[in-house]
Amino acid sequence: MKDKENLDDGDTIIEFQGVNKWFGNFHVLKDIDLNVAKGERIVICGPSGSGKSTLIRCINRLEEHQEGRVTVDGIELTDDVKNIDAIRSEVGMVFQSFNLFPHLSVIDNLVIGQHLVRKLPKLEAQEIAINYLKRVQIDDQADKFPGQLSGGQQQRVAIARSLCMKPKIMLFDEVTSALDPEMVKEVLDVMIDLAKEGMTMLVVTHEMGFAREVADRVMFMDEGQIIEENKPDNFFDKPESDRAKLFLSQILHQ
Amino acid sequence: MMTDSIIRDHIPDREPPIKNRGLFGWIRVNLFSTWYHSIITLLLFWAVSNILVFLFDWGILNAVWVGDSAKSCPNMEGACWAFITDRWKLIVYGLTPAESHWRINLFYALAGITALSFVISFGKYSSKIRTVFFIGFPVVSYFLLLGGILGLSNIEPDKWGGLVLTLVVACCGIFGSIPLGLILALGRYSKLPVIHYVCAGFIEFWRGVPLIVVIVTFVALLPIFIPDGAKIDVVVRTLIAFAVFNSAYMAEVFRGGLQSINAGQFEASKSIGLTYWQMMGYIVLPQAIRNSVPALVNTCISVFKETTLILLIGFSDLLGIVQISLEDPTWLGPPHIFASGYTFVAIVFFIFCYGVSRYSRRLENRSNLSNEG
Repeated sequence: MKDKENLDDGDTIIEFQGVNKWFGNFHVLKDIDLNVAKGERIVICGPSGSGKSTLIRCINRLEEHQEGRVTVDGIELTDDVKNIDAIRSEVGMVFQSFNLFPHLSVIDNLVIGQHLVRKLPKLEAQEIAINYLKRVQIDDQADKFPGQLSGGQQQRVAIARSLCMKPKIMLFDEVTSALDPEMVKEVLDVMIDLAKEGMTMLVVTHEMGFAREVADRVMFMDEGQIIEENKPDNFFDKPESDRAKLFLSQILHQ
Repeated sequence: MMTDSIIRDHIPDREPPIKNRGLFGWIRVNLFSTWYHSIITLLLFWAVSNILVFLFDWGILNAVWVGDSAKSCPNMEGACWAFITDRWKLIVYGLTPAESHWRINLFYALAGITALSFVISFGKYSSKIRTVFFIGFPVVSYFLLLGGILGLSNIEPDKWGGLVLTLVVACCGIFGSIPLGLILALGRYSKLPVIHYVCAGFIEFWRGVPLIVVIVTFVALLPIFIPDGAKIDVVVRTLIAFAVFNSAYMAEVFRGGLQSINAGQFEASKSIGLTYWQMMGYIVLPQAIRNSVPALVNTCISVFKETTLILLIGFSDLLGIVQISLEDPTWLGPPHIFASGYTFVAIVFFIFCYGVSRYSRRLENRSNLSNEG
């Protein structure tokens, strides 16, 4: 694990400087400053509506910020379409509701991006796809359609779909929230493996076990602000801010 | 206080009870499950069988099949199919000259083969073979029907008639309006205000005017407003009118399909770096069009039936030919001849529309397979 103090600027891969965003009149992100180093694993938690998802969606510009600067791998996010495309090809994202393409088979879900965006020939893309499906242990379902798989299997395919684009950063947006309890572990195991390989990850989740095992930092958000940043063990055992204490007491009593 | 724990053994699967199985089981469960259910079943059986007996008596037993004038059909209790068999050439070939009837026959044959190619499976070559027919059929038909190439004599479009004209207007109306409708739907879906409002305005305008007005305007008034408009053949102008008018309906069908696509599909496409057109072409439209199939077929069927309106501007489509023939003095007579003529038209339209409807059910079932498994 890296110490924050030892990071120099060359290691920073995501930088937020004074980022603000509104939905209409609703101030959803307030003065966000954030530095993420290469290979760092960050868990973001907080009550619903606190802006966690919006924050990570600003990184691949599924949401636009209105004030401040967002820089990803040295490229500043502006309205320039080329910048957006360049950043999206380096940032993978996995969603709560899987969002696999239901009209394509599992393997084609993985091939289409490689073929269209990375311009790989279909055969090569298929080979890569099978390798990633093996990695998430679902290569035996390659020719099925997403609707024929369980939620956990679909989510693992979704992770493989992002990975085969060879991203430098992976964003996970509450990826286990829509899963039946017995399927959460199979998805978390894939994510833990990924973390061990040194992928830069921003994970919105309330899975404490996962946070303790892999996170370098936990960020607690409330009402559009980052209220508290801490080491995972410190955060869960002795949170410093009152709001974090309240939040943790609520999720523990569920 | 906690109760003691109870643990049960595993129960193996068993067959369903015998009264729910087999033909008798099916009849009992589905037709005679309760006393009022039984009464409804018997009443409907009685009504349907009476109608079928009447149709059989009228249409087959008491029908006259051959004859050359109204005098051949004196029996009011039976259909007068003699009228149809006497006029079949007009119905099938319109007013095209006899020496070019082989071209019309070839057109029908090609139409039939093309339709078949979409029903029969050719394994992995299916989509290639279908594409060849889908593009080849209109191109070949164009030259077969108009001539002017490879020594084929010219046929003026106003000589087309009967089933040929109905099919040409329907096909051009349907396959012209679908791509135009798709473009309009995408435009209306656009976030750019100018494109959005132009497309929305276009759609609302054409949906707001009656088809008759559109056709009459294109055919009768266009030459007055635009001098060059008179040079465009009157049949072609009708075809354009049909395509443009129906494109507004098609656009709304596709808009429904687009709205059925979850926002997550757009986000997932963007997150793997697809451009707007890649996202639309490979992810959104394939699903949107699939979801539009039932409404699309509904619109196609109504376009097909609306083609009969062209008889109001003097064209003799299938209905027009039958109507003109009915007014011919040799066939002027008792009303059952009228009834026979219109019944025939109804049967022909029903066969086409029912065929299209069955085909769309097949498409729906197939796409359900890949969606839900």
